[in-house]
Amino acid sequence: MNQALALIVVVPMVGAAVAALLPAGRGPWLLATAISWYMLAAAAMLAGQAMDLGMLSYAMGGWEPPYGVEYRLDPANALLALLIAGLAAVVLPFAGPSLANEVPIEKSPWLYAALLLFLAGQMGIAVSGDAFNIFVFLEISSLATYTLIALGRNRRALTASFSYLIMGTVGATFFLIGVGLLYAMTGTLNMADLAARIPEVASSRTVHTAYAFIVVGVCLKLALFPLHLWLPNAYTYAPSAVTALLAATATKVAIYLLIRFIWTVFGIDFSINEMPTVQLLVPLAIVGLLSTSVVAIGQDKIKRMLAYSSVAQIGYMVLGIGMATELGLTAALLHLFNHALMKGALFMALGCIAYRLGTSKLDAFRGLGRRMPWTMAAFVAGGLSLIGVPLTVGFISKWYLVLAAIELGWWPVVAVIIVGSLLAIVYIWRVVEVAYLQRADDESRCEAPLSLLVPTWILVLTNFWFGIDTRLTIGMAERAAALLAGAGP
Amino acid sequence: MSAAVAMQLAILVPLLGAVVIALCGRNANLRDGVTLAIALALFALVLRVALGDDGPVEVTLIELMPGLTISLHNETLSILFAVVASGLWIVTHLYAIGYMRGAKEKNQTRFFACFSIALAGAVGVAFASNMLTLFIFYEVLTLSTYPLVAHKEDENAKRGARVYLGILLATSIGFLLPAMIATWAYTGTLDFVPGGVMAGVVDPAIGALLLVLFMYGIGKAALMPFHRWLPSAMVAPTPVSALLHAVAVVKAGVFTVLKVSIYLFGLDYLSELWTQDLMIGIAAFTVLAASLVAMQQDNLKAMLAYSTVSQLSYIVLAAMLASEWAAVGGAMHIVMHALGKITLFFCAGAIYVATKKTEIGQLNGLGRRMPFTFAAFFLGALCVIGVPPMGSMWSKLHLLMGAYESGYLLVVAVIGVSTLLNIAYLLPPVVRAFLYAPPAGEASAGVREAPLLCVVPLCFTALACLVIFFWGEPLQQRLFAMFAG
Repeated sequence: MNQALALIVVVPMVGAAVAALLPAGRGPWLLATAISWYMLAAAAMLAGQAMDLGMLSYAMGGWEPPYGVEYRLDPANALLALLIAGLAAVVLPFAGPSLANEVPIEKSPWLYAALLLFLAGQMGIAVSGDAFNIFVFLEISSLATYTLIALGRNRRALTASFSYLIMGTVGATFFLIGVGLLYAMTGTLNMADLAARIPEVASSRTVHTAYAFIVVGVCLKLALFPLHLWLPNAYTYAPSAVTALLAATATKVAIYLLIRFIWTVFGIDFSINEMPTVQLLVPLAIVGLLSTSVVAIGQDKIKRMLAYSSVAQIGYMVLGIGMATELGLTAALLHLFNHALMKGALFMALGCIAYRLGTSKLDAFRGLGRRMPWTMAAFVAGGLSLIGVPLTVGFISKWYLVLAAIELGWWPVVAVIIVGSLLAIVYIWRVVEVAYLQRADDESRCEAPLSLLVPTWILVLTNFWFGIDTRLTIGMAERAAALLAGAGP
Repeated sequence: MSAAVAMQLAILVPLLGAVVIALCGRNANLRDGVTLAIALALFALVLRVALGDDGPVEVTLIELMPGLTISLHNETLSILFAVVASGLWIVTHLYAIGYMRGAKEKNQTRFFACFSIALAGAVGVAFASNMLTLFIFYEVLTLSTYPLVAHKEDENAKRGARVYLGILLATSIGFLLPAMIATWAYTGTLDFVPGGVMAGVVDPAIGALLLVLFMYGIGKAALMPFHRWLPSAMVAPTPVSALLHAVAVVKAGVFTVLKVSIYLFGLDYLSELWTQDLMIGIAAFTVLAASLVAMQQDNLKAMLAYSTVSQLSYIVLAAMLASEWAAVGGAMHIVMHALGKITLFFCAGAIYVATKKTEIGQLNGLGRRMPFTFAAFFLGALCVIGVPPMGSMWSKLHLLMGAYESGYLLVVAVIGVSTLLNIAYLLPPVVRAFLYAPPAGEASAGVREAPLLCVVPLCFTALACLVIFFWGEPLQQRLFAMFAG
């Protein structure tokens, strides 16, 4: 029995209730930050154990699986848990000054309660081994997200939040319908148990329908093209720190769910032989990757540009999943981790700029290379990582994706991956040029405070750290992919 | 100090040096002195690697991905390029002090710091013992030279820098990276091994495709039609054009071409590929076409840039001929052309500093005012053309013998014609300067050269073009050793 596996979800959830009761001010923020650090420590410890032992399990309330709710950690979700907790631990210190500037202080108890609920939900999805329980956590984190987005300064945050609410609810409902159908056919909700029982009934139309509902529902959550329309507005109008956290973790958790259901629950043989998974995911990933990158080039608001870039990057991950090989899966998992680092860093740099200038319009970037040298350097470093320059995490991701495509002999896909990178050069360099080579009317220096710069740079440096020392990331991704690929019949 | 340590320091010193240079920004004399010290230290380290008799040394810095390391080695070709780049940096730095102060350029600290990083990149490219390491430093070189090209920060510089970065990044990420990953996927290694790693492992049909991807992926070799970045880079201050766009950056490109052909493909395997003829054709076309374009240029630096494009393709040709003679010729041409072209660029810069003149048509009669500069220009031009007693006679000779040996007589003809074209565009500036009368109103008022720090370096490199002629044999012997393994 490993209590930490339960506590990593329970602590932020209880913390949310406590935060809501605290007086407005710095208290809720400090509590949330402390909890995020606890989560990181716990996740690191659990991930270490999961890598050593292969699998950790905790039966909620002492009810043995498959009857009770089981929390289960193997290398695949250990990577995700580490990612969520790690990003939270970096973004929350940043969130204090950043959100204090963007959201009225009297809302702070509710704000941090929602943030903690969001984290509890995300972590719950990551560690839970029970399909219905996952739905519950999906809803918890989604409801918290709608609140967080609606807190944005611009009134358009309300419509952005509302349209995400509609799309997110449709996605969650589809997921629930799928889980219900599976329960009807197999009588179980435990995912490991489902994986064992589905092959007996795999040819039934009900299971096919369940697969379709679950995959479409999850794809709505992870914003696969063309189900991504909620994402750009949500990212653009949410408060800066919230965007950083959402971009880094929310869609990644949905990607994990997609991988888990395709590879473990349904089994890869079922997914690619009985269902048109590859035929569906690969073209959508490719079209999404290229079209949203092109759209990103035309954006005037840099926050929205990065949001479109996120949709494009999700295309890379889905492409890796759609390859349906172990190497492709490794690439997808690696990019899942690595993209969180680069997008987190980029959105945090935008947060620093929003803190001083209150906007992320391209015009406002003129002369920023001189006015906010450290912030812009962070942006450039994050951008290089996004492009995939060697010694950054982006390079490692690209390497594995291209390698996986070459292994299959998919040369046109290699070209697509490369063209995606080249488009990233265009939209990142547009900003760099304006910031460094155009003069501003007001040349005064206005660097962001250290309380924002330090967390931003920590994340920037992780982009280089994991781009050079890849033992942890590649090691975990390979273990996870081998496990997922081996789990199928 | 062992060669292994010296190689690592040779990359670290200019890299960390850049930080020191940036910190010394407030005091211009201190900063320039520190830079000079870094350049001298780098050269000393490279000489330690070059002259020591350590035998083959390979040192691994980190393992980036399982089986893929960042490693350095001290192979002959590597040493050659490292010596050229680091040695000429000292000369260029002295010249740059004179030029930047003489031309009153802004942002000099950024300039010298980026220059230092670029040199770290060039030395890294030189010592790289596998393709991944080479690629990493290749990109360092690209990114660190972007601020140098955009230095003036006006519309023109911005446009030039955009083309520069666009083409170099697009070719390296678009072609070189997939070619490299494919090589890794098929052979399981990216190490530079004498004789190559592809023979017998990679199907020649795929090898043929990889060859094209590699040759165009190495955008710094400026094979047509991906050569536009080089003329665009001429918006940079002249010391950049001189060291980086006549030596470090472009030679990193052709150096990579040689490394890839000799140590990844292997010359024997290369000659089995049907795209070999195609690449020879393209390189030969580039040699001639770039010379013809150079003849049309009125801007002195643009003319020199197109001349460089043409000369780089000599080296690509040398690699593609798949003959040991030609490959040795190509390697020698890296040195010879470097000396000749850097002299020509130094002269162009000196002329700009002294008179603000940039067009060939404005040079009439300037020889009387700047005799040393134009004498050096004459020597540099002769060196690029390749007449004895200039060093580049040797490289061209080897190249011609290689072309004979492998039976490409057309290539022999191309080199002949190209030499004539070189004469037609490299000598007119000298003729105008010495033999034409100065325009009315510009009475010659005796000798008025550029600052001493500009003139001395260019005389030095001009003489070096001559001196190296007498070192042909030792150079040749060392280079032939690289096929021995």
